[in-house]
Amino acid sequence: MKKGKGMKFVGDSRIPADKQKFIPKDYSEYPGRTEAFWPNFLLKEWLVGAVFLVGFLCLTVAHPAPLEKLADPTDTAYLPLPDWYFLFLYQLLKYKFASGAFFVLGAIIIPGLAFGALFLAPFLDRGEERRPHKRPVTTSLMLLGFIAVFWLTYEAAAHVDWEAKAENNKPELPSSVEIDTSHPGYAAYENSCLQCHGGELEGGPAAPTLIGVEYGVDEIKDIAVNGIGQMPADQFQGTEEELQQLAEFIVSVNEQE
Amino acid sequence: MLQRMYDWIDERVDITPLWRDIADHEVPEHVNPAHHFSAFVYCFGGLTFFVTVIQVLSGMFLTMYYVPDIENAWRSVYYLQTEVAHGQIVRGMHHWGASVVIVMLFLHTLRVFFQGAYKKPRELNWMVGVLIFFVMLALGLTGYLLPWDNKAYFATVVTLQIAEGVPLIGEMAKTLLNGDPSIVGAQTLARFFAIHVFFLPAALFVLMGIHFIMIRKQGISGPL
Repeated sequence: MKKGKGMKFVGDSRIPADKQKFIPKDYSEYPGRTEAFWPNFLLKEWLVGAVFLVGFLCLTVAHPAPLEKLADPTDTAYLPLPDWYFLFLYQLLKYKFASGAFFVLGAIIIPGLAFGALFLAPFLDRGEERRPHKRPVTTSLMLLGFIAVFWLTYEAAAHVDWEAKAENNKPELPSSVEIDTSHPGYAAYENSCLQCHGGELEGGPAAPTLIGVEYGVDEIKDIAVNGIGQMPADQFQGTEEELQQLAEFIVSVNEQE
Repeated sequence: MLQRMYDWIDERVDITPLWRDIADHEVPEHVNPAHHFSAFVYCFGGLTFFVTVIQVLSGMFLTMYYVPDIENAWRSVYYLQTEVAHGQIVRGMHHWGASVVIVMLFLHTLRVFFQGAYKKPRELNWMVGVLIFFVMLALGLTGYLLPWDNKAYFATVVTLQIAEGVPLIGEMAKTLLNGDPSIVGAQTLARFFAIHVFFLPAALFVLMGIHFIMIRKQGISGPL
């Protein structure tokens, strides 16, 4: 390896003035204190990685991955949105100059130019200077692009009521149980429970679903008479025999699962 | 013991040069945050790789439960999310990792860009890096559909409409992704699954391999 002595460098970079085939420099030729990658530096990287992983796991525990309702193509009220890192493109296509007759401009030409320029950056910015302030055109174009993407993303996200959207699209398991309306307990259910707990036991605004409850016959009888939680007492009207049939009916539906 | 195992293998297949290439090198001062705190900007590339490893591992575990079919895809994710031990954590890692990897990739790109580290002789590595960025975005796009919930379905419908609008090849591109000229359904999910799990990761690994070989070959760019 040749040492740095007598070599001429161009500008602030470490490119030698006389052209020659690129031969990587030995790291020991860099000025200052070098450190062995193995094992010294790798151990530090490992520690940074561990701290990062802990933070990342905290994020996943604090915010479980969202899941919405099963896809329903007939849901015309649904506001379609892409993942956040595509929001800028989605927003761009909303503007008049980039949609309708100008769709090709918004969908192909503008992003194509931006990403094409990014891809070909080394051939567009050919100077030997590396410091950002010594190549103002390149730096300002990148800053402009960055601000544009940031602004478009903000514009797209700021007008969405994310909480209401999540609330309206909570996941719920589609009911797979069949309600046997000929069951002797169904008539009692219809009289006393259906109004709040729904025709398919699916629950409603005032009462939870009865599918997936883990109560036995006696417990259900007790709840129907005495209430539980927010459910008031004396909801059941009928005879002791009907109460027994009702409880058996609810248990039988739950046994189907 | 370890040394003797190493010697035994080395005597037969001569792995020392390989080991030298991978691990036996010096880290220059200007990229070492222990010496200059501002050098933490050099961490973003490594963190991108770290999150990519998380994505690969968590994704492999997710496929143990996930069923790529419109009847069961959503149910399998729901089951994973609510019933499977730690399923929520694994899916959470994959979900948030998909966002974090984009952020890290973005920061890494900005670091390389503003330091002018893409200049000669590193033009090729910059272009490979931008391709990795595109592959990552495509992975995000295809992975978004897989849970088959409302947001997945409608986002994909919009994406396919945009693809369709491309002149000349739009229709064909849409049919290729969609599996059908008009219906977004079972075929679409199966194709997006195949693209997300086989095609794009293969492309990603090849590109990452080239990226790393070139880094080792060329070294890190010098201090500004």
